[in-house]
Formats: sequence, structure tokens, C-alpha cells
Amino acid sequence: MASSNMKTDFIINGKEASVEGAATVLEACAKLSLKIPTLCAHKALLPYGACRLCLVEIGKPPYGKIQTACTYPLKPGLVVSTDTERIMKARKIVMELLLARCPDVKAIQDLAGELGVAGTRFHKKDSDCILCGMCIRVCRERMGVEALGFANRGSKREVRPPFDALSEFCQACGACEFICPTGKMKVLEVGRRAARPIPFEFNEGLISRPAVHIPYPQAVPNKAALDGRYCVRLLKDKCGICQVFCEAGAIDYEQKEERIELKAGAVILAPGFELFDAKLKGELGYGRYPNVITSLEFERILNASGPFSGKVLRPSDRRHPKKIAFIQCVGSRDCDNNYCSSVCCMYATKEAIIAMEHEKGLECAIFFIDLRAFGKGFDAYYERAKKAGVRYVRCRPSSIKEDPSSRDLEVRYEAEDGTVVSEGFDLVVLSSGLRPTREARDMAKTFGLSLNEHGFCRTGTFAPVETGRAGVYVCGPFTEPKDIPETVMQASAAAAKTLSLLSSARGSLIEPKGFPPEKDVSGRPPRIGVFVCHCGTNIAGVVNVPEVVEYVKGLPDVAYAENDLYTCSNDAQERIKQLVREHDLNRVVVASCTPRTHEPLFRNTIREAGVNPYLFEMANIRDQCSWVHMHEPEQATRKAKDLLRMAIAKARLLEPLQRRTMKVHPDALVIGGGVSGMTAALDMAKQGITVHLVEREGALGGGLRRTRYLLDGEDPKGELDRLVANVLGEKLIRVHLNSKIVAMEGSWGNFKTKVSGVGNGGAAEFGHGVVVVATGAREYQPQEYLYGKDERVTTQLELESLIADGKFRAKSVVMIQCVGSRNDEHPYCSRVCCTEAVKNALKIKATSPDSEVYVLYRDVRTYGFREQYYRQAREKGVVFLRYDDDKKPAVEVKEGGLQVSAFDPILKTTVSIDADLLVLSAGIVANPDSAEVGQMLKVPLNQDKFFLEAHMKLRPVDFASDGIFLCGLAHSPKDLTECLMQASGAAARASAVALKGSVELEANVSRVLDENCDGCAYCVDPCPYKAITLIEYMFNGAIKKTVEANESVCKGCGVCQATCPKKGIAIMGFRLEQISAMAEAALQAGGAPSGKPAEELVRQ
Amino acid sequence: MAETVMEQEQQAEILNPDPVVIAFCCNWCSYTGADLAGTSRLQYPPQIRIIRVMCSGMVHPNLVIDALTKGADGVMICGCHLGDCHYIDGNYKTEKRADAIKLMLEDFGLEPERFRLEWVSASEGPKFAQVMTDMVAALKRLPPSSYKVG
Repeated sequence: MASSNMKTDFIINGKEASVEGAATVLEACAKLSLKIPTLCAHKALLPYGACRLCLVEIGKPPYGKIQTACTYPLKPGLVVSTDTERIMKARKIVMELLLARCPDVKAIQDLAGELGVAGTRFHKKDSDCILCGMCIRVCRERMGVEALGFANRGSKREVRPPFDALSEFCQACGACEFICPTGKMKVLEVGRRAARPIPFEFNEGLISRPAVHIPYPQAVPNKAALDGRYCVRLLKDKCGICQVFCEAGAIDYEQKEERIELKAGAVILAPGFELFDAKLKGELGYGRYPNVITSLEFERILNASGPFSGKVLRPSDRRHPKKIAFIQCVGSRDCDNNYCSSVCCMYATKEAIIAMEHEKGLECAIFFIDLRAFGKGFDAYYERAKKAGVRYVRCRPSSIKEDPSSRDLEVRYEAEDGTVVSEGFDLVVLSSGLRPTREARDMAKTFGLSLNEHGFCRTGTFAPVETGRAGVYVCGPFTEPKDIPETVMQASAAAAKTLSLLSSARGSLIEPKGFPPEKDVSGRPPRIGVFVCHCGTNIAGVVNVPEVVEYVKGLPDVAYAENDLYTCSNDAQERIKQLVREHDLNRVVVASCTPRTHEPLFRNTIREAGVNPYLFEMANIRDQCSWVHMHEPEQATRKAKDLLRMAIAKARLLEPLQRRTMKVHPDALVIGGGVSGMTAALDMAKQGITVHLVEREGALGGGLRRTRYLLDGEDPKGELDRLVANVLGEKLIRVHLNSKIVAMEGSWGNFKTKVSGVGNGGAAEFGHGVVVVATGAREYQPQEYLYGKDERVTTQLELESLIADGKFRAKSVVMIQCVGSRNDEHPYCSRVCCTEAVKNALKIKATSPDSEVYVLYRDVRTYGFREQYYRQAREKGVVFLRYDDDKKPAVEVKEGGLQVSAFDPILKTTVSIDADLLVLSAGIVANPDSAEVGQMLKVPLNQDKFFLEAHMKLRPVDFASDGIFLCGLAHSPKDLTECLMQASGAAARASAVALKGSVELEANVSRVLDENCDGCAYCVDPCPYKAITLIEYMFNGAIKKTVEANESVCKGCGVCQATCPKKGIAIMGFRLEQISAMAEAALQAGGAPSGKPAEELVRQ
Repeated sequence: MAETVMEQEQQAEILNPDPVVIAFCCNWCSYTGADLAGTSRLQYPPQIRIIRVMCSGMVHPNLVIDALTKGADGVMICGCHLGDCHYIDGNYKTEKRADAIKLMLEDFGLEPERFRLEWVSASEGPKFAQVMTDMVAALKRLPPSSYKVG
């Protein structure tokens, strides 16, 4: 152990060697990478010489002495042999003796196998302890406790706590159990204290972790940290083993907590949420039955980096479950938690689908009250889940019982026909609700914020990120449970408010990012580095990644290849940079997911390593391989090889490109003067941006003008008037009323838009750098239920007017939900109608309490805090009757009166109600102008004709095209507050571009190859951007015709390249040679190299 | 649709069990649609090799003919629906070139089934999987390409 830093020269296996800092022969061998078998040596413990396996010969063979390497001190000039026949024979005999003592210990059997010992000739015993003393030594030397020792002598020697009783000194640290080479030691047999494994928080405590650990795989920075609550070194000044092992010498026990003071002009609070403690629902057995778990625990189980590496196993016996039950609304929608957690229906659906994908033949049942698939695209997902075989059972189970022997679970519930059923499941997942964390509530106290009755931060309908304290903003589930898109919108909204507040200090703390000088690759042969990603099990679960890497190593110009668990992780980026330098790589290929999302990241990485970012290529072996060939691993592996061969073929032909910068027009255009458009315009103007607000109608306000009162009693008209006044009073906002956009040219950073008047609006033409689309939506015009044929049939909005104008007289009101929603024509949920129905029902009950209100619904989707109004409505006597989608209500005029009949699935009978007024909850349909606006901006619509954002979850206010953003109902149905959040979010995103001054442009644009171009000008007309012109110049005394491409107008579509008959014009990065190299590579079976020497292929 | 193709596949004789298909997909619609097929875990035959291009209008007819005469059993060009092109009207040009390519196939002794032009939008993951399934099924009923080496 006592190591010196002196160099020692000695002779090992007949060769001279020199090592530094080795005290024993064993340490010297380790430094020379010579493997010596041993069971009792440990870096952190003193040499002991117990197992006798590390035998070496000291002195000149065959006459040397046989000694244990771990205890023999290293001296200059020592002659050591580690592999003579004598040594091998001696080690084998020791191994046989150990095997005789512990014939059933796997570690011993494995080591015996490695040494070529098949069996033992000695009398077998049945011990599982080899008396190496590691446990005793670690307890004494490292923990300073001596809770263990050797008892008895000779053949009766054994390891025991003193006096044959459980030690009272044992601190239950578990070191003895951890260090034991045979797995015999159990900390429970040593001390009186029960061992307390440290729960691995990131894996929801499903597995334990050490006191020094990396919190989670994607942690930033990706470094281990000591947990002061558990570390024996920090608590008791003992142990210190990790410091011995850390080769980098990074462990510093002296580090102290630091307090850092920051000066900030604004604070954004985003403290997140925690799950409802399911133990409080005793009847569900969580905490008592190991196979009742929370949704977050199950989420970890499904995760590739989770406790079971992505295998669906249940905690009690690590067996694959055959039947899983999901129980919704645990800690939501009950007396104590009178709100809906908004996300559980969808995450349970997602978890069920993923679990069924993982496990063939798995059955999943979801027990729910109302299935709240109210988000964009959610109903389609719900339908897909039903098709995939997820069973939805509408009821709240009363109890869960465990069979103590099998640990299987019995779920008791009332079936739809009213009978009480007991159904067996292997695993039960509780969809626990969301609640604010305790830390968040403390934080609220620190900042002096007010919380609502549920402990969430109070915000206003018209001020969704304001806390009531100036300069303090809030976002995320701390204000209300919400899904990822709404969280991202609200976060961007908080950023917008902060940007407005601090606009005078903008940019004052920015340090420009520098990159190292770029490697010159001209004339140098390609040296390609290939990184193949496992993506957890997403790729590696199907594709044989190591095989692919081995294959790739044999391809031309591949200088280095490896596989990574997550190539996109932070530490992998560092590794790529290091390897680029180490192996002098000048091109990088990553095989992982799609370049659409990850190309920028990797390009940046290689740029930081001094490689031009365009010397990069991706092979999409996840989205376009492992995920679409999940059941054909061999074919998927073959395809992955092919895709890599293609990417590498292209990478060999890549050339460095430079991005040009372009000045950004500082103004913005907002299309739509509704509440979303106005909010976005105001938030941008507050940052000093001039905004053109174009509204088709003659007044600002949009759809909100028809809203007369709000659920929480706030006055929409007053707020709307104030907003309109603010917009009209803001001198940076140019309002174009009665106007329509007739032409738009240019692209992000430099748009030019022509507006022409509709009616009395004036024409205008202006430039701008960004666009926010806020074109809103429309109320569905019902064709059903006698709407438009009988004046007693109205929509919710019309009812609202009746009530607000005091014209409401009906004594019996029937409301029908999902009119124009969740049907074949409009397969999505309109999100707001349930809440609107509840709002109007409550208003009726408040103004004329004697009126009866019946709501015919499919699922009541009053998510979030809207739930409490749903409860209020029921308490006030509003009758909610469910109907099935295949048995829609019928309306007829009978003896002059309206009669509504519906089949009640609980009573199993048709209920008829006489109605004075029938109110249809008409859904929200896309603005019919969307298609036109979309075509003008070149942005897509989804299948329901709403605008399609760049990413459903993570980029809900961006379009895929740069510089264009969206908000409000143009994106999808949502309520007023959500519109405001998204509008502010869009403003934040748009202003980030508008305020930039200049932007970098794509480098993949056209370049003319003058030597090939003969000036035929075929390419000039097809160019959609008019970027190409024909020119003439004098060359060798003659007129040479050629074309010229304007790189700042060119968008790189490549129509010119495909038109040119002579390869005279090319898109950089997509040259014909590059594309056809990929095609050729795809056709090479089994990866035969193309044969051309690489140098020939290198251009420039 | 899927069933009918499968039925046909069962009835028809398989002449080429493993056809190689090269699909040129535009970055903005079809390549994204292919990614969506992936995120939706829609399974399709593993014989498709996608080459990402920025626009379907970027694909020179020579690329298609070269691929076919170097042994590809089939080639596809996939782009945005007409009117949806990210580059205004690149796919209209693709459509015209596709007509020319179809005429050229005959000159090269290639069956018309070996080349297809398909419009697949970014939100049409299921369509992407279906189109690929159909293409491979059709090529399985043809003998391997006569240009195939080895």
C-alpha cells in the first residue's frame, strides 16, 4: 500500500521493465497490464496474502521462490516470472483447494474456469467463505469499526462478529457485503442495525445507489457527486475508498457548500411538481404491496436507462407481468384534491402502449372516470391505443388485495353492468396526480407569493405568468398541472415578460462564443470517425450495434469507429471532440436518430473540435430502421450497415462550407388581431420591436368579443377593451384593419409583405424579419340536432349572449356535448366545450335556480382547476348524463315541444327530456383561411387543418421553417389563458430572431461550376427564387457564357442541379456525386468497397 | 388497403424475395413522414434505403436511371403534396421529370413498376409505411433487376 513515486527497474518474464509508484509485485504487474488472478487484494486495503492465488516466481526460474505477488515488495533488480509452468501448476492447485472449500460459489467457479481448472480432486466442503478477510479488513482499516473478526483456529476458523452476537458497533454501511468476493457476507448477519440501502432517486427508489454517484444519465455536468447525507467519509471521517480508486484524483472531501449571490433584474420560478403520495390511499395498497407502483416508477421501468434496463419487470420477483392495471385519478378529482392533474390519462395511455410494444401478449387495462384526451392529437392517440388493444374500463376500483404467496393483485371494481368484479393482475400502476413540491411552497413563502387552495401558485386568467409581485414570474406545473407543450408555451411566455421588463439591459452580459480555427482539409485524404448510438435500447434493442461498428471499421477511410449508449449526451460530445483530436479525424458520421433534430448538435460539436461543421453526415438508424423493423433484428442490422455505408460514402465526398450572415429586418408581422395576435404584438413592441398587426375585420378583438363572462368571474370585456386600447396606443404597433395579406416574398429575416384592403382598409407594403401566425379558429356551425331549423336550438356562445343580455327564460335546458368534435369529420377534442357548458350551467343556476340543466356528455374534460367548477355544477343540481358515441342523443319536436332522448349506459334505458332550450356545445374548427395563409408562408397544416408546429411537445410555438411562429387557436383549440401563454411565448421566440440584427444562413446552396457550364440557361427559369442570372465574360479572347447564382437569395432547393444537363451547377452538400455515391453504396451488397482510391474522390 | 396488398402478395408468385429499393425523400415532407412512421412504430419492409434530399425537385433523372442500371430493383421519389413544397413549386418540376423518367424506363428495358413517384406529407407516417409496403410487395412479384451484378 505504501507506494512511492520512485521508478523501479526490474525484470519481469525475462524482460526489463520500469514502473513508477508500485510498492508490491502485484501493483507493478497491474501497472504493466499483466493480469494476475487474486481474490483478496483490493486497492483500498493493505496487502494480506490470504487467497494465495497471486503466486509468482521470484528469482531466476526454474529455481526461484514461489511467493504471493500481493505481499512481496518490489525492489530494483528483482527478477519476477508470472507465467512459468511451475506458477501455473501452483495456482491451479490453490484454485482446486478453493474450489473444494466453496464448490457452489459462482465467482470461484468462474475464476477456476479462467485458470483452466475444471474440477477439484480434494474433498468438497460446502462453505461459501474463502477466509480472505476482506470484510474484516475493510471494517477495520477503512471503517474503523471492527465489527467483524476471525473466530477459532485451523479448520474451524470462520468470520464472525465478536462474542457470537450481532455487533452493536456495526454501522450497517454495507462495505463488508459489497467487498465480499463470494457474495457470502450479509450486513444483516453482522450488526443490530438494519441496513438502509440508499434509494436511487432518479429511478424512484426501485434500486439503490452508492453514496458517490452520477444523479442521472443525462446530468449536466455529467459528473459524480458525493452525497453528504450518506458518505461515511464526510460523516465520520472514515472509508475514503473512492479517492483511492479515482485515477483522475477528482475526489475532494474538503469541498464546502458555497453560497453564490446573483444580481438579477427578474426571477422566473419553475419548481416543477411532485407526485401525490399514493400511500395516503390505503385501499390501493401502495407501499404495502410491492407490485403496486406509481406511474413514475413504471415510467422508469419502461426506460432504457431505468432500473431494469427497459425490460418490463415487476418489483417483487422481477418477472415479466402478463396483465397490468392502470388506476387513474389517484390523488386527483377527489375531496382532498379537487382538481384534475390533466396529464395522467395520456401518460397512462402512453405507458400502456409502450409496455405492450415491449412485451408481446401483454394485456393492459386502464380504469378511469373520464378519459381526458383533450390535447392536440390526443384523441387520435387514444383511438390508436384502443385499436392496439388497451382496455379502458370506466370505473374507480374500490380496493386492491394481494395474494401474499404469489404477490399477484386482485382489483375489485364495479363493471359497467353493475356487477362487482374481482380481477387478477400481475402489476398495478397508480396514475398519481400532480401537486406542487414542498420546496416550491417554501419558495413561494420566500418570494411572498400567494398560493391557491390547492397549494399551486396563484395566477390570473389574463396574467398567466405574473405572480402579483413585480419582476417575479412563474411557469410550469407550479401554476396548474399541465402537459409538456403548455409548459413550454408558458415558459416562453415567462421569458417574454422578462425580456420586456429587462429590454434596456438586453445583451449586456453576453460573451460571444468562440470556436477554434478550422482544420484545413484540402488535399488531405478523408479520416472519418463513426459514432454508432445505442439510444438506450431504442436502437441497440433491435440492431446489433457492436456488429455494425466492427463492420464499419472495415469501410474505406474510416479511421475510427465506436458505439455509445447515447451519442447525443453531453459526455459523448466531449468524447467526440477528444477523439477528433486524438485520431486527427476530418469527417464525422453519427448513426443515431434523425438529422432533422440532431444534426445541429453534432455539427456544433465537431466545430468546437476544429472541424468544419459541414464535414458531418448522419445515418438515421432509429426512426428509419430500428423503430420500423422492430421484429426483424437481422434485417435491421443489415440495413443499419447499409445506411452507414451510404453515409460514409457521402462523408468521403463532403467539403467544408462557410455560413454567410444576413441582416435581419427588425420589424415583425402578426397575422390576426384577436387576443392572441394582440398579446404577441404588444409583447414584442414592449421589447422595442415595430410590429405590423394585420386584421381582416374592421375591429380588433377576434373571437373573445363574443365571450360575455368567464368561469372565474373575471370580466372579459373590460380586459379586452384594455388590451385593444393598449395596442392602439402603442406607437410601435401599426394596425392594419380590414386588411388581407395578398403577397409575401422573401424568407426569415427578410420578408416583404403586401397588404390590400378589404372594404375600407388601405393597401400597404412593408418589410419584416419574423411572422407570428395568430389567425384563430371558428365555432363549428352545427348541421345536426335541428340547429338552424328550430330557434330553440342554440350553441353555447349563443346561450351565453342570451344569459348576458337577460333574455334567458328556459325552465329546462339540455346541453349536448361533442357537437362537431370527436367524430369522423372532426376527430379531435375541442378542449374547451366541457368547461363552457359547466360555465353556462353554473350561470343558469345562479341567475334562475329553478331551471333544470341536463348535460349529455361523452367524457367530461374539465381538466386542471376547471374540475372544481364541474363539481360545483353537480352540487348545484346540474344533471350530467353520459351517452356512448355509437348511441348519440336524438332530438325531435313532439307536440310543439323539443324532446331530447338519450340512452343512459348505466341505467341501460333511454331517457327522454323535454327541453325549452337545447344548447349544442359546438366544437372549434380551423379557420378556413388557414390553407391560404399556410401556402403563402410555406408552413404546413395538420390533418384537422390546424397549423402544424415544429414539434408537438417541445416546440409548440415554432414552425419548422425559421422565423415563423404560431399561437392561439390557429394552433389548436385551447382556452383564453392558454392562448395568452402561447401568444407571449411566440412573442419571445420571434423577438429572439428579430432582435438579433443578423442571422447565419444555410451553407447548402447552389454553386456554379464554371468549367462545366456552357451558359445554356436551362436553370434560369425553373429557379423559384430567381437566384440565377445568365452572364457573359471574356475568356481566352472569346465570349464565355455562364450563369451566376446569388447565394443570399438561393434556398438550396436544387431544382437547378436537377435541370442542368452538364453538371454545371450543384447544391453544396447535396452534389450529384454525393447523392449518387450514396445510391451506389446502397447497391453494394455486403459492403464491398467501391474500389476508387480515396484521394481521387477528395475534391478541393 | 393493407389487407388487399397482403392477399395479393400471398397469391402472387414471389420472384424476388429481397428487392433493394432506393427512396429519395425530401427533407421537409417525406423524410419527416418517414421519421413519423418511426416514432409511431409503424412497421414496413426493411428493404428501403432512404436518401435524404432537400427537395424532390433536386433529384436529377440521371440519379434514378443510374441507380436502376446499377442494380436497384426499384427507385422512388417522395416529396411534398403539390402546393405544399417548401421551395414553392419544386415538386411540380419533379412531377414533370417523373413523366420523363417513366418514358426512359422502357428504353432501358426496365419494367414501369420499378419507379414510383409518391407524395407523402410530414404528418402522413401511416401513408409512408403503406407506400413502402406496396412498393416492396410489387417488386417482389418482379424478377430481380437484370442489371443486378453478381
